[in-house]
Amino acid sequence: MSIQTPLSGAQLDLVADHEHHHDAASTTILGFWIYLMSDCILFAALFTGFAVLRGSTAGGPGAKDLFDLSYVAIETALLLVSSFTYGMAMINAEKGRRNAVLVWLGFTFLCGLGFMGMELHEFGELIERGAGPDRSAFLSSFFTLVGTHGLHVTAGMIWMVTLVGHVLRRGLTEANVTRLACLSLFWHFLDIVWIGVFTTVYLLGVA
Amino acid sequence: MFGKLTLDAIPYHEPIIMVTVAGIIAGGLAVVAGLTYFRLWKPLWSQWLTSVDHKNIGIMYVLLAMVMLLRGFADALMMRSQQMLASTGGPGYLPPEHYDQIFTAHGVIMIFFMAMPFIVGLMNLVVPLQIGARDVAFPYLNNLSFWLTAAGAVLINVSLAVGEFARTGWLAFPPLSELAYSPGVGVDYYIWSLQISGLGTLLAGVNMITTILKMRAPGMTMMRLPIFTWTTLCANMLIVAAFPILTATLAMLSLDRYLGMHFFTNDGGGNQMMYLNLIWAWGHPEVYILILPCFGMFSEVVATFSKKRLFGYKSMVYATVCITILSFMVWLHHFFTMGSGANVNAFFGITTMIISIPTGVKIFNWLFTMYRGRVQMTPPVLWTLGFLVTFTIGGMTGVLTAVPPADFVLHNSLFLIAHFHNVIIGGVVFGCMAGFNYWFPKAFGFKLDERLGKISFWCWLVGFYLAFMPLYALGLMGMTRRMNHVDNPLWHVYLQVAMVGAAIILLGIVTQIAQIAVSIQNRKALADHTGDPWDGRTLEWAVASPPPFYNFARTPVVHGRDAFWEEKQAGRGPAPLPNYAEIHMPRNTGTGVILSAIAAVLGFALIWHIWWLAIASLAAAVVAAIGHSFNENRDYYVPSDVVARTEGAYFEQLKAQEI
Repeated sequence: MSIQTPLSGAQLDLVADHEHHHDAASTTILGFWIYLMSDCILFAALFTGFAVLRGSTAGGPGAKDLFDLSYVAIETALLLVSSFTYGMAMINAEKGRRNAVLVWLGFTFLCGLGFMGMELHEFGELIERGAGPDRSAFLSSFFTLVGTHGLHVTAGMIWMVTLVGHVLRRGLTEANVTRLACLSLFWHFLDIVWIGVFTTVYLLGVA
Repeated sequence: MFGKLTLDAIPYHEPIIMVTVAGIIAGGLAVVAGLTYFRLWKPLWSQWLTSVDHKNIGIMYVLLAMVMLLRGFADALMMRSQQMLASTGGPGYLPPEHYDQIFTAHGVIMIFFMAMPFIVGLMNLVVPLQIGARDVAFPYLNNLSFWLTAAGAVLINVSLAVGEFARTGWLAFPPLSELAYSPGVGVDYYIWSLQISGLGTLLAGVNMITTILKMRAPGMTMMRLPIFTWTTLCANMLIVAAFPILTATLAMLSLDRYLGMHFFTNDGGGNQMMYLNLIWAWGHPEVYILILPCFGMFSEVVATFSKKRLFGYKSMVYATVCITILSFMVWLHHFFTMGSGANVNAFFGITTMIISIPTGVKIFNWLFTMYRGRVQMTPPVLWTLGFLVTFTIGGMTGVLTAVPPADFVLHNSLFLIAHFHNVIIGGVVFGCMAGFNYWFPKAFGFKLDERLGKISFWCWLVGFYLAFMPLYALGLMGMTRRMNHVDNPLWHVYLQVAMVGAAIILLGIVTQIAQIAVSIQNRKALADHTGDPWDGRTLEWAVASPPPFYNFARTPVVHGRDAFWEEKQAGRGPAPLPNYAEIHMPRNTGTGVILSAIAAVLGFALIWHIWWLAIASLAAAVVAAIGHSFNENRDYYVPSDVVARTEGAYFEQLKAQEI
């Protein structure tokens, strides 16, 4: 990343932090935001697919026959709590408390693990009941949408372990706090996507 | 052990393919031998392949595009000659299953591996210089983007020798592309080469937007951005907004093919028209991703060689933004015949016609810029003039097909083929050639031979009209696209003329290669010592040609539009500084090459169902990416005396010119 050296008398009618020393961090975070928006569109396409195909059950089971709202409520709660614990990690990262960051990341990871465990269990049960992704277009789009979210959560967890390694190695350096901030954006983003999944797939499906 | 891959996958019985493959292998071996003989491997690796310098990456992109242009054009010649030979009752020389692969490969290669890398390469080369930056926002990511694109290109070329390519047409519509009708590996080659290169394109888009928003020199407000940078910004916003749709759509198709899902199958409740909607929701913005930067290039060329400010800068910016937004509202015009009903078709017909308004604004801006300017008829200007006429014709036939009732007649006919070649060759290819001739001296420090450049332009222009005007007529006469043979003797003469046109375009391409070769030969005489061979207007001309790797010894301060021109008018050209500071620069890294090589292997394993290799390469990619994140030796400082020496050499050169 380049560091810019303005000449004296420069007309600095630019974004205020352009020449600021947080240049690298803010650039990284803006770039990550843009990536997240592209990911958002990826999900939008999958949501579209689900919306189009949700009625195409091909004589197989539909949402009402398959989904258990109270089970999904626990899943949702786990994910929402994990967003809170990640928020705590970020607050402590800003304050430079390394151990607290690690503990809260640990909680977040466990919540993520619980969520993934429940999701895989749900998938396994559906497949066992003959409602796998190859049963109908509706189930294809369901497994793909929810599964893609799950893959993202898994990637986030791998990333979290990597960041724990980074923090253990170098402490809360500026680079590491930026990395934590990016994962934070990613993690909250997955929460928001899940709210969409919970609403369109489960609530609207069973309603 | 090797999944579906057996020795039978190599098409021994196809002499055309085997000769081509033998040629590629022989050429590859010659390159390898040359590199070894001249001991060039090390400099190649350390200065080019692992380079994070946006200029080197840009050059590599353009080189990839040119190589793939040859491949895609060879396909075009084969199609033209097959249709000419097989329109008098004979079978021609290409059996249908081979011919179908050729037209699919032609489309895929020309869009994804010729036009896209060419455009992205020129953006890479020019945009950081135009905004007064030292590099892009994420230099390592930039290198990775290029190599992922290259990995996709490698896969598509491997399909020539091992297995087959898709026989589905360039967008692989289901149900034809589903396992039931395309059981071979062709569609899988298609899917994975596009997924891997698409990831590279997406990352390049993120990178370029961040660069333009965050790395501009002080004083360069958005309304002072050079138009090429503006169009790049809009095109990259389209990349970020559209490519994920392609990724998701191809992912759904692969889930159908790999896991027996039912997104687009005939049975199980699948919906093929959803594929068409999704793929064109990416596909229509894609054509604007290609053309918008070309509009930018023409704007730079017109202003520079007319020695005038661009006419209507603001309207140009607003027109670009309008096109960016509208491009997402027209996708359905690709399939009016789907039967969405009159109201839906009318809506999309009207939005399509509306999009021609901002485009028309641009055409007039270019014309008014040239009006009463001192236009120098250099090759970039010739390409621009050729574009203005050709693209306008293509635009008008586009508006014609935007009328749904007319489209019902013209859908899938050669009229459509003529239309989109009219805008893509007339717009994108001419734009790339204009940009190539215009910025070549910046990249390499010497100009391209003008005479050969002009000959090449005329061959392309004449060849284009001969090759595609007959297709308009054939389309109106009822000839549909993708025909292996036709038995209407009336059409034969038109196909003959089209073949002649293609041959003249071939002459244009040969002349272009000659132009590059002759220019390299005469590089001393054609040298550009000033860094400003065209009396340019924007900041890329304010540094030496080729620019030093750090671009600007000191970040320039911008006081107006046409930043460099204003400085020159005020008598402040490039001047040595009293002292130089050290410069913070990113270090080269091999991670991009390694990750992309792994991605290519992963793609190959998935295509041939070699599951252990797929799992192993995926794991290797994750490990390599995480490993890279622990590499902290990413940047360094260029000592101030190195900067002083580099700049000193440039200013001595400059002084020698003035004497």
